[in-house]
Amino acid sequence: MTASLSLVVVNAGVSDPSSTKLLADRASARVRALGQARGREITTTTIDLRDVLPELPAALASQHFGERFTRAIAALVDADGIIAAAPVYKAGVSGLFTSFFQVLDNDLLIGKPTVLAATAGTARHALVVDEEMRSLFAYLRTLTVPTSLFAATEDWRDKALMGRIDRAALELVLLMESGFAKAVRDESWQHYPHEFGSAGGTQTGIDLESDLMRLATGGSTRTNKPGHPEGAP
Amino acid sequence: MQFGIMSVSDITRDPISGVTPTEAERIANIVAIAVKAEEVGLDAFAIGEHHNPPFFSSSPTTLLAHVAALTERLIVTTSTTLITTNDPVRIAEEYAMLQHLSGGRMDLMLGRGNTAPVYPWFGQDIRQGLPLALENYNLLHRLWREDVVDWEGSFRTPLQGFTSVPRPLDDVPPFVWHGSIRTPEIAEQAAFYGNGYFANNIFWPKDHYKRLIDFYRQRFEHYGHGTAKQAIVGLGGQAFIGKTSQEAKAQFRPYFDEAPVYGHGPTMEEFSQTTPLSVGSVQEVIDKTLTFQETFGDYQRQLFLVDHAGMPVGMVLDQLELLGGEVVPVLRRELDKRRDPEAAEAPTHASLVKAKYGGAEPRQPRPNANRGDNVTGSSPYQDSDAEVTASYPAL
Repeated sequence: MTASLSLVVVNAGVSDPSSTKLLADRASARVRALGQARGREITTTTIDLRDVLPELPAALASQHFGERFTRAIAALVDADGIIAAAPVYKAGVSGLFTSFFQVLDNDLLIGKPTVLAATAGTARHALVVDEEMRSLFAYLRTLTVPTSLFAATEDWRDKALMGRIDRAALELVLLMESGFAKAVRDESWQHYPHEFGSAGGTQTGIDLESDLMRLATGGSTRTNKPGHPEGAP
Repeated sequence: MQFGIMSVSDITRDPISGVTPTEAERIANIVAIAVKAEEVGLDAFAIGEHHNPPFFSSSPTTLLAHVAALTERLIVTTSTTLITTNDPVRIAEEYAMLQHLSGGRMDLMLGRGNTAPVYPWFGQDIRQGLPLALENYNLLHRLWREDVVDWEGSFRTPLQGFTSVPRPLDDVPPFVWHGSIRTPEIAEQAAFYGNGYFANNIFWPKDHYKRLIDFYRQRFEHYGHGTAKQAIVGLGGQAFIGKTSQEAKAQFRPYFDEAPVYGHGPTMEEFSQTTPLSVGSVQEVIDKTLTFQETFGDYQRQLFLVDHAGMPVGMVLDQLELLGGEVVPVLRRELDKRRDPEAAEAPTHASLVKAKYGGAEPRQPRPNANRGDNVTGSSPYQDSDAEVTASYPAL
C-alpha cells in the first residue's frame, strides 16, 4: 500500500444534526471507501467551523488566530484533498463559511483538490454552490472537482444524490492520487505571489535575488533610459 | 540594554469617564509622560507619526526637540517615522536638526505606515509602499553621509549637488532602526546597512517574528557588521501593571475592550495568552518580558506601549512609576545576567562617535561662504577636498 493521503472536511453546518455535515460525511466516507478499494488509505480530519466561531471575530478584525484556528490551518496545510461544505442561508453561502476561507492566506490551498458541497431548504438555491462557492475557490486556486454537490430537502430521498456523491468522490480521489498540488508546489510555486510567512506559515523561503532585494541593498529598480547607460554622467 | 516607552499618539475617549481629551490636553499630557519616563529611570521615549485624527503626532521632531529640552538623559526616538510619505530630504534635515538640539540623544525608527488614505495625501501610492520605503532610505542614508549628493530614483525628483543641512552632529548620522513585522526586504535593508531592526511585538505568532529577526541577524553577519549575536534588535511590548494580578486586570479591562488596536475581537485573556501583552502584577510582567529574550535572543531596546486606548494621564504616570520603579530594575538585572558577553550594547551617539573616530576629535563641518549652489565646484565645506567636484545626474 502506498503512503496514506489526508482528507480534510470543512463543515460550516452549525446545527446538530446538520444536513450539511451529513452531506460532507457521506462524501468523505465515499472518498475513504474508494481510496480503500484502490489500495490507498485516506485519513480524515474534520473541521467543524462552529468550533472556530468564537475565534472568528479576532481573525477577521486583526488576523489574530486562536488555538482552534491554528489547528484548522495546520490541518489544511497538510491536506491532500478537501471537502468544503456549507449551508445556504438567504440565497447565499453561510457567512461563517465565507469568513473562514476569506481570512486564510491566499496561497494556503493552491492546487489542492476540493469538493464543493452545499445544502439548502429549497432547490431554488441550487446554483449557489457553482456561482458563489466555485468563484471563491477559484480565487484560492484550489483544484475544484467538476461535480459539485448540492442537496435541498427533497434531494435526501432521491437516489440521484448518492450518484453525484459517488462521482464527486471519485473525481476527488483521482485528483488526490495525481499529486497535482505537490507538483505545483515543487515546480511552479515561485510563480505565485507569496507573502513571507504565508501558506499557513510554511512560506519562509526568501528570494535574495529579487528586484526589491536589490533595492533594499542600495541598488536601483529604475530602468535605464535609452542613451543614458547606468552610471553615465 | 535600553528600556523605554512608545506612544502611537492616539486621542481616544476614556471609556470610564466618557471624555475624549482635546488635542491640546493630550499633547500637554504626552510631554508630561515623556518627562516622567526619564524621572522613573527609563532610557527612551518614542512617538509615532500619523496624519489623520484621532492622532496628534504629525510632527515628531518638534515634539521630540521639546522633550529633549526638558530632559537630560532620555533618548528621544520615533515609532515610527514614515519613510514612505515623507520626503527623505526632509527627514534628513529635520532629524539632523533634532540630533543637534538634543545633543545626540536621539535616533529614529522607520516604518512604512499602513493607513492607505495617507499615501495619496502626500502624492504617493500604497501599492508602491515597499519599493518607496527602500528607495527613500537608500537616499536618506547617503544624505547623512555625503556632503553633496547627486541622486536619481523612481519616486522623488532627482537631486543635483544637494547638501542636506545641518550635517549630522559630529558628522555621525543618527542611528536608524527599521521597523517591520512581515517584510524580509526591510530586514535585509537593515542588515545591509548595519542598522537596527525593530519588531513591534504587539501581535504574534512569535515564530513569525523570530524567523524575521533570525534572518536579520544572519544577514547582519553576512554583510560583515559583526556576528549574528551582535546585531541590533529592538522589541515592542505592552504591559499593564497592577499591585496584584486581579487589580491589573480589573483596571485595564475597560481600556482593552475599547482599544481600537485590538479590533474588539479577542478577550483580554485570549490576547494575553497568545501575544506579548501582559496584564498583571509586577512579577507577572517581569516574567512575560523575560520570555522575549528567551525567544528572540539578546536584544538592545525594549519599548512598552503604555499610554493608549484613552487611559487618563494620571493612570499612565502611575504605570510609569511601576514600570520604572519596580519592573525595569529587575529586568535590567536579570537580562544582564543572561546576556551573552558577545552581544552588542545599545547604540548611543557616544558609542557611534567612538566607533567612527576612536579617540580623535570628531569632524565639525564649517561651510564655505554662500556661492548660491552646490552644483558646480567642490564641496561646500571648508575641510573637504577641493578636487572632488559634484556632477549632474543624467536625467
